Amino acid sequence: MSGLIERLPPLRWTAALLRRLGLRGRSVVIAVPFLWLLVFFLVPFLVVAKISLSEAAIARPPFTPLLEWDGLRAIVTLNFGNFAFLFDDPLYLNAYVSSLRIAFVSAVITLFVGYPIAYYIARSPEGRRSILLTLVILPFWTSFLLRVYAWQGFLRSNGVINNFLLWAGIIDQPLVMLQTNFAVYLGIVYTYLPFMILPLYANLVKLDESLLEASADLGGRPAATFFHVTLPLSMPGVIAGFMLVFVPAIGEFVIPELLGGPNTLMIGRVLWNEFFSNRDWPVASAVAIAMLVILVVPIMILRNAQAKTEES
Amino acid sequence: MPRASTILLVVCILGFVFLYAPILSLIIFSFNESKLVTVWGGFSTKWYRALLEDPQILGSAWISLKVAVVTATLSVVLGTLAAYVLTRFGRFRGRALLTGMSTAPLVMPDVITGLSLLLLFVSMEQLIGWPAGRGMTTIIIAHVTFCMAYVAVVVQSRLADMDESLEEAAMDLGARPVRVFFDVTVPVIAPALVAGWLLAFTLSLDDLVVASFVTGPGASTLPMVIFSKVRLGVSPDINALATIIIAIVALGVFIASWQMRRAARHG
Repeated sequence: MSGLIERLPPLRWTAALLRRLGLRGRSVVIAVPFLWLLVFFLVPFLVVAKISLSEAAIARPPFTPLLEWDGLRAIVTLNFGNFAFLFDDPLYLNAYVSSLRIAFVSAVITLFVGYPIAYYIARSPEGRRSILLTLVILPFWTSFLLRVYAWQGFLRSNGVINNFLLWAGIIDQPLVMLQTNFAVYLGIVYTYLPFMILPLYANLVKLDESLLEASADLGGRPAATFFHVTLPLSMPGVIAGFMLVFVPAIGEFVIPELLGGPNTLMIGRVLWNEFFSNRDWPVASAVAIAMLVILVVPIMILRNAQAKTEES
Repeated sequence: MPRASTILLVVCILGFVFLYAPILSLIIFSFNESKLVTVWGGFSTKWYRALLEDPQILGSAWISLKVAVVTATLSVVLGTLAAYVLTRFGRFRGRALLTGMSTAPLVMPDVITGLSLLLLFVSMEQLIGWPAGRGMTTIIIAHVTFCMAYVAVVVQSRLADMDESLEEAAMDLGARPVRVFFDVTVPVIAPALVAGWLLAFTLSLDDLVVASFVTGPGASTLPMVIFSKVRLGVSPDINALATIIIAIVALGVFIASWQMRRAARHG
């Protein structure tokens, strides 16, 4: 059998070239992904931090440089005004608080919806398990934007839900659901549900059934077994799923924009408007830095939960 | 009182109704004669015809497909390298940093990724003149950066499950590391590479926010066109587009699971 290297000459040539250059394979293999992420993931945050300290200007690009030469020396102008502005204008503080609240409540609801589903799938016979899992993941492969758009059609005043309720005679006035915070919660729960179910399932499927039997043998009622055995053991899955919903939902833009009303304040939307409508790049950068500071703690919690899952 | 297992089953069924009802309604109303998306006016395929005659949608779909194919391919290469380094190389300097950098993009809000990459591209253009202007290239770079993190997660779990003695045996028989990788490791982790490619392809095809930040004139992706249409209000041709996408995805998932089941039987 001839290997891939023989069949693909470019691979062979690249390997030979690297050997000729005296580069050890190991360091090259480390360097490629490392440099990519360094340049395109880490360095951009430094650029954002830099621009958050400059001032908006009518120029291309629309901000003042931090560093200027007056011929002899470099003049560094740092402007903390953008951050002061974030604290002065209640809009920003309200947007942060409101984003955290919306993301937290949605993550809690997603947990309550996702846990029974994950539990049911994990306890199903093996053949049915993979079919149910595919059904959970399938919507994730279709466009996120189109799924949010589908909810618009469901929730509007002449939409599917209102038409059904009017037809059934349950209501005689259409309910206002679109452009409310309720629609935003619904949209987040809907689009992030697979991210909750998958880590929970991965955890629950590994649960040792003999522990449940032991608890039952010792006279534990199903509810007691659940709260004293199943739930504590599935905590790493709960934390991972919760954070995978909570953290990205804080910065969500599409859902509040398409389902929320003008009063739905979320920080991702504020950043978008600062950038695209006001064209104030420095303030948008300051908003991003402040958002990152808020995200650090939940991201650390997520990493710890994942590390624990890997150990077990 | 109903038994706990009955309640569980009911919750589960409601959950699946919740997941699929909006998608079903999209499909049904894509065949609606009426322009009102929610009132049934008879069966029609006119929105499909309207879609096929819309040069803006077709053009942006072509751009999105090209971006997604290149993104997925580059993401698999870079993500696999990152996963291989993290599972097989033991300790090296910068390991903690690489672990952090390859998992953080998974939860980073799109608006931050988009803004930070745009500001990077603008600053690089000022400093070194590259990338000159923005468009497909900058979208691809941005997409690869967050997609490779997803590929790395998928490949990493496969590499961790793989029997390392296979690689060691090849090494003992005198094969060079590069050769061991391509002839032993790659065939074993191939399913994860395919899954990673598909995941990156989907994420790239789906992205609105990051692409909106880093794109330039003339490079509007499909989600950007959909978003501007949806924002203006109802547009039944979007239902038709959604139905086509759902059909392709369902077919793809069906073929993939059929293939996997066949492989499982023969393996």
